[in-house]
Amino acid sequence: MSTIYIDNKQYEVKAGKNLLEACLGLGIDLPYFCWHPALGSVGACRQCAVKVFKDENDTHGRLVMSCMESIRDGLHLSVSDKTAKAFRSQVIEWLMTNHPHDCPVCDEGGSCHLQDMTVMTGHDYRRYHYKKRTYTNQYLGPFIHHEMNRCIQCYRCVRYYHEYAGGKDLNVFAAHNHVYFGRERDGILESPFSGNLVEVCPTGVFTDKTLREHYTRKWDLTTAPSVCNHCSVGCNTIAGERYGQLRCITNRYNSQVNGYFLCDRGRFGYEFVNSANRITQPLIRNRTVEAVDEAVLMDHLRALLTNHTLIGIGSPRASMESNIALMQLVGKENFYQGISDNAVFVEKRIVEVMQSGVIKTASLHDIQQSDAIVILGEDLWNTAPVMALAVRQGVMKTAAHQALQNRAIAEWHDAAVKELVQQEKGFLANCTVSSSPLDEISSSVMHKAPEDLARLGFAIAQRLNMVLPVVQLNDDMSTPAAVIAAALQKAKRPVIISGAGYYNEALIRAAFDIAAACKATAEEVHLAYVMPECNSMGLAMMQASGFENAVLRTSRVNNVTAIVLENDLYRNVPAQIADVFFNNCQHCIVLDSLHNATTQHADVLIPAASFAEADGTLVNYEGRAQRFYQVFVPANKNMQESWKWLMKMQPVQTGSAVERSYHPEEVLAMGEQLLPRLSGITAVAPPRNFRVNGQPLPRAPHRYSGRTAMLSNLTVSEPKPKQDYDSPFTFTMEGYSGMPPSPLIPFFWSPGWNSNQAVNKYQEEPGGSLKNEHAGKLLFEYKQDATPVYFKDIPEAFMVRHEKWLLLPQYEVFGSEELSAYSKGISELSPSPYAALSQLDADPLSLVNGSLITVKIFEQVYELPVRINAAIPKGVMLMPAGLAGMPVMAWNSWVQIISIRL
Amino acid sequence: MAQFSAEKLNKVNEIIARYPAGKQKSALIPVLHLAQEEFGGWLSAETMDYVASLLKIEPIEVYEVATFYSMYNLKPVGKYVFEVCQTGPCMLNGSDDIIEYIKDKLGIKVGETTADGLFTLKTVECLGACGYAPMMQLGKHYREHLTKEKIDAIIEECERNAVTNN
Ligand code: SF4
Ligand code: SF4
Ligand code: FES
Ligand code: FES
Repeated sequence: MSTIYIDNKQYEVKAGKNLLEACLGLGIDLPYFCWHPALGSVGACRQCAVKVFKDENDTHGRLVMSCMESIRDGLHLSVSDKTAKAFRSQVIEWLMTNHPHDCPVCDEGGSCHLQDMTVMTGHDYRRYHYKKRTYTNQYLGPFIHHEMNRCIQCYRCVRYYHEYAGGKDLNVFAAHNHVYFGRERDGILESPFSGNLVEVCPTGVFTDKTLREHYTRKWDLTTAPSVCNHCSVGCNTIAGERYGQLRCITNRYNSQVNGYFLCDRGRFGYEFVNSANRITQPLIRNRTVEAVDEAVLMDHLRALLTNHTLIGIGSPRASMESNIALMQLVGKENFYQGISDNAVFVEKRIVEVMQSGVIKTASLHDIQQSDAIVILGEDLWNTAPVMALAVRQGVMKTAAHQALQNRAIAEWHDAAVKELVQQEKGFLANCTVSSSPLDEISSSVMHKAPEDLARLGFAIAQRLNMVLPVVQLNDDMSTPAAVIAAALQKAKRPVIISGAGYYNEALIRAAFDIAAACKATAEEVHLAYVMPECNSMGLAMMQASGFENAVLRTSRVNNVTAIVLENDLYRNVPAQIADVFFNNCQHCIVLDSLHNATTQHADVLIPAASFAEADGTLVNYEGRAQRFYQVFVPANKNMQESWKWLMKMQPVQTGSAVERSYHPEEVLAMGEQLLPRLSGITAVAPPRNFRVNGQPLPRAPHRYSGRTAMLSNLTVSEPKPKQDYDSPFTFTMEGYSGMPPSPLIPFFWSPGWNSNQAVNKYQEEPGGSLKNEHAGKLLFEYKQDATPVYFKDIPEAFMVRHEKWLLLPQYEVFGSEELSAYSKGISELSPSPYAALSQLDADPLSLVNGSLITVKIFEQVYELPVRINAAIPKGVMLMPAGLAGMPVMAWNSWVQIISIRL
Repeated sequence: MAQFSAEKLNKVNEIIARYPAGKQKSALIPVLHLAQEEFGGWLSAETMDYVASLLKIEPIEVYEVATFYSMYNLKPVGKYVFEVCQTGPCMLNGSDDIIEYIKDKLGIKVGETTADGLFTLKTVECLGACGYAPMMQLGKHYREHLTKEKIDAIIEECERNAVTNN
């Protein structure tokens, strides 16, 4: 700690930071543009000037940029100094000379850092009366709207896009008063992290194009803390609604998970909530739509739920509450995971490894702090995008640490650090089946079939711990194995990452063995397994058997009523298997939010609330349980949380009359009873009756407008606000107006800080954890003294087969995930089906890019265009997984090419 | 598309060899100068893409640099480019009048080229010759202490040279 004096008041601040960070951390308002806690300082905008004095007797002082000046013990500075203030107001006046002053028609208005800073500095009168320079804007794709005239040249966008996220197609052109930030020509931004530009840019240059289609100012949104539904990372989000429509997703800072950034699938995938494909009405087969309401439905269900064997099919994308309610309803022994046995097998192993507590799970924060990362057989970029972004930061930060050793340069001094680092990188080994944008920052890149990757993993472990069995590798693998092992041996905080993506259990074991072997030399070892969906880990922890077992059960019992929870089985198992299941079941009740192939088979179809209309809990890849809150009550009262519907079915089934409503925490408590493994999950968030000073928390900010008029076309009197009995929130602006505890932050706002940069006020220090951060509840416990039990059975090496290919999934950020694919922009960017092959396999068949091949998978025949990728190992064929209109493939089976059209 | 001659390619490789292996992007500025000289005094998108391919970098990386420096012309220019300094010291010494005078005399605006393709007028920022203000750069030379008379003389000189050189 250092002592500094700000305007003659004494403060204790953390050494090593800069003055801007110190001031903001102390809650002192100081304007800035080019500095960003995740990007560091470059001193470009000159907005953050303060005066620094030699000592307490110095009355003259000198102007410095606070973001470029280190804290020194005993330092005197002034924020309120007259010259410093005048300087700051002049800077903003210059920056504003070319600004169009078009706030009323600007999407940033009301949540704009430039507006906030202009007000903060007191610049209120425009003296510059010359012509403003103007630009032509660009088309940047379905997500981002471009309006260059609003630019104030802070350079944050390129620093973020280029340096932080590794994007190549956004840059800065020209100089002086006509710099231009954009692409070389119109076109879709290539990076799947482009959406963060919306939050990084302090002005309205880059704005959310999807929000623009149903625009609402920040102050008019009803928002709630939510958790992204679109992969197993579980990024924290803020979801906003008006007029019963979900309007946007923004980032919700969580120092352990997503920090400041989301991926575009997570930010723009929300529109499925507003999709025309939503199920809005309970439907009973052979009855007219109008004839069914809740009472009729429940009455009808009585016959199906009693005197039948109930089989429950759980879901990796439904909340814990819904899965638990289903298990409670059908009984533990009748509950199955709605995923294939192969997936269950792999995920079970993951749970077992995590449960053993030998290795700590890696949060994204841990990954960013890591000094050596090994990815073994998971295509992170496409299956867990923000984790890939964290890996990139780990690599960059390690290089920075190395470069800064024995140098008196602060870590936040971004330009100096970049200058020192040049092209150096921290250690990353990316060992996957095919190429990835992570390859170019990897020290070691390997593209092999999953079995070979697992062997590589075991070989690395063996080199770290000689007691383990030796793996015979060819030269092309044994050298990298030695390089990777050597890097791990030197590492203090290695992270090993694998996942369920290729349905290969040996990879899971190999990754564990490497991590366990690292324990001997490292200070801290972390391990992460990417899971397929947002609640795959939660479902896997319920340890039920897979879908094929359910099919077997139904073939033995003939009075089955199946209850399928939010799960399109046709995406998880081959169609023939799902068909058998539906044939075997006497009745089938399906709960879901969107129509799909499975809902077609329902005898009773029940509309489920989407994440935006629901409260629930998701367990991310780390076993971190996180609560998401209902954003709004849909006008259609049939859309209810699946767990609510399922809890209502209980008395119907048991014949008991008492019907009462349940709350999420009660359902979770039931889960703890059913499955001791889930113990602790009720601590995921504050209880529903949590209050601050006796007050609930408002979902709407105090400036929310139009409340009395919004529905005046329907009724003149303002309707009674909707009540929320399940959470500490109100649906209005009434309630405690101060800062809520961290899992209950519905929006970031502070007086004078209307933009998302208000997050500074919620943090312990800029870029640090939130005040009293409760970053979810980790369900796996690290056991200090647990001794590792190594896995020793090493798979056989991959053998290429004659004229046959091992079929593996290729995941796509846009297209592979089910729900987001219903959003317009995401589906626009989703590729069309293809079959990807190695150059080595394409050449003998004279295949070129675009040649059509016909492949036979089981009894089905598919004709697909070829994509040739030199990185793919010989004997492997990749097909995109989960694309709309593409059936489930028999992954890991051998396929034949039966005909070719060149 | 225009390409460097074998001799110029050697020159390019020489420039690249000045920098450590893998940092061939450092050669960008001198190679762009060479390209501008070779391909008609300006850099077309095609020329820039060609330079990108020689240095094995993305075209956007070339555009970024080429658009930054006023020494690179991104549109065709006349045979003689008047780059008049308009920064403070030159301005205080009358660069505004000089610019106006050239505009009138040649009948073009800043950034334009005369119909005969002889003259282009550009304004630039400080060229580090403030002691000789107002000044401009013409080709590889500075023309200093500019007056209307000097401008007349320079224009005449250029016209003469254009004739003799043809
Ligand atoms: S576009 Fe936005 S982020 Fe980029 S320089 Fe301009 S104001 Fe800054
Ligand atoms: S990484 Fe996953 S959880 Fe995070 S925003 Fe993207 S899809 Fe959502
Ligand atoms: S924030 Fe300090 S100079 Fe821009
Ligand atoms: S101001 Fe013209 S040369 Fe410096």
